[in-house]
Amino acid sequence: MTEGRNGMAATALAAAHETAGAMAEQFGAAVLRTHESNGQVMVEVAADRAKAILRWLREDASQDFDYLTDVTAVEYRDPERAFEVVYQLRALARRVDLRVKVLLDPEGALQVETVTDIWAGAEWLEREVWDMFGVRFKGHADLRRILMWQTYDEGHPLRKSFPLRGHRSRSEQTRQALDANPEAHYTLEELSIAEAYHELPEEMRRRLVESGRRAAE
Amino acid sequence: MGLTPPPGPGGEHDLFETVSPNWVTTRLDFLANWARSNSLWPMPFGTACCAIEFMATAASRYDISRFGMERMSFSPRQADVLICAGRLPFKLAPVIRRIWDQMPQPKWAISMGACASTGGIFDTYAMVQGIDTIIPVDVYVPGCPPRPEGLLYGVMLLQKKIRGESISDPSLRIEHLVQPDGLFRRPEIIDEISEPFGNSVSQTRSS
Ligand code: SF4
Repeated sequence: MTEGRNGMAATALAAAHETAGAMAEQFGAAVLRTHESNGQVMVEVAADRAKAILRWLREDASQDFDYLTDVTAVEYRDPERAFEVVYQLRALARRVDLRVKVLLDPEGALQVETVTDIWAGAEWLEREVWDMFGVRFKGHADLRRILMWQTYDEGHPLRKSFPLRGHRSRSEQTRQALDANPEAHYTLEELSIAEAYHELPEEMRRRLVESGRRAAE
Repeated sequence: MGLTPPPGPGGEHDLFETVSPNWVTTRLDFLANWARSNSLWPMPFGTACCAIEFMATAASRYDISRFGMERMSFSPRQADVLICAGRLPFKLAPVIRRIWDQMPQPKWAISMGACASTGGIFDTYAMVQGIDTIIPVDVYVPGCPPRPEGLLYGVMLLQKKIRGESISDPSLRIEHLVQPDGLFRRPEIIDEISEPFGNSVSQTRSS
């Protein structure tokens, strides 16, 4: 059993290395570095080609990374590699994981292109990265805060320059929080899955109807 | 000590505002407090890990219904005691405040756990440093999380407090509203009770 598991992990790792090799072949200098750590293959790519590379990973038939596990960002105290946006990908059928990193300059404009048109699930993940780190995702249709409330104006909390307790005094934070008036920013429709039914994929709607959880139209 | 209370300056309607404690009011107090303290309907405001312990308190082993609290009141309008079980982020501050305002008098609040009472380990940008900066609190239950016995002890303390209440003291039923300046307490008090303590004093404010 364990041997079977290990064997599978080794195959997946080899497949990830293969993907990294294919990426380097396809995109040349845009693939900056590949390395392996803790059973993860990581590929650093140039910011200006990142979208094309991610699209290729999703759409190329031999790659088929159809699941975007996470989008996040990391800020280091290292001037060499100060800030990166991280995409964690998975090919569900092939059971291969790949981590793609985009290096950004924290002093410059923190901006990358959205991948919501490649993986729809990126929408909230990118909103979270915007909220916490202040990375702008160009082309994102609805780039609002998602964890902090809409009127929060102290900045982006996970940046290194952000003090742990926030910029303002506790009483001022309390005042602003009590003043936030959530209803002004989130509609009931937004919070209700029933309203989102028509936007669900065809297949998911069919399953809801077939399982009796939703009346047919 | 007569059976009829002396009329107050505002006439009959001021009955409860003006009477001093006498035989009638103390008997009424006893009856009302007995009824209230033994049928506290909790409004569970479970936000984090403490809520798990709160659920354990409500389940059969610890059985909070022994204290007349078996009916969790998920509508604040039918609740008597708000139990904040877990840390309260600033984003939820207007929500708990609204729920508190919606609860009819008489009402009480229990702050369950270190986080609800003081912010606990979360001395960060996101966390209210004690729900008593948002709403008035009657009983603080310490612990991270408090054991069910701890919460039950807090409930018993609250019952004791209720049994000591009197209708001749109208100040108990004053609504503590958010003031026009948008705060529930004076800003310097909020700043003072939110000061870091314990391990977090060694963290500086500037990053
Ligand atoms: S006091 Fe402890 S158990 Fe309760 S919410 Fe805070 S961290 Fe969780």
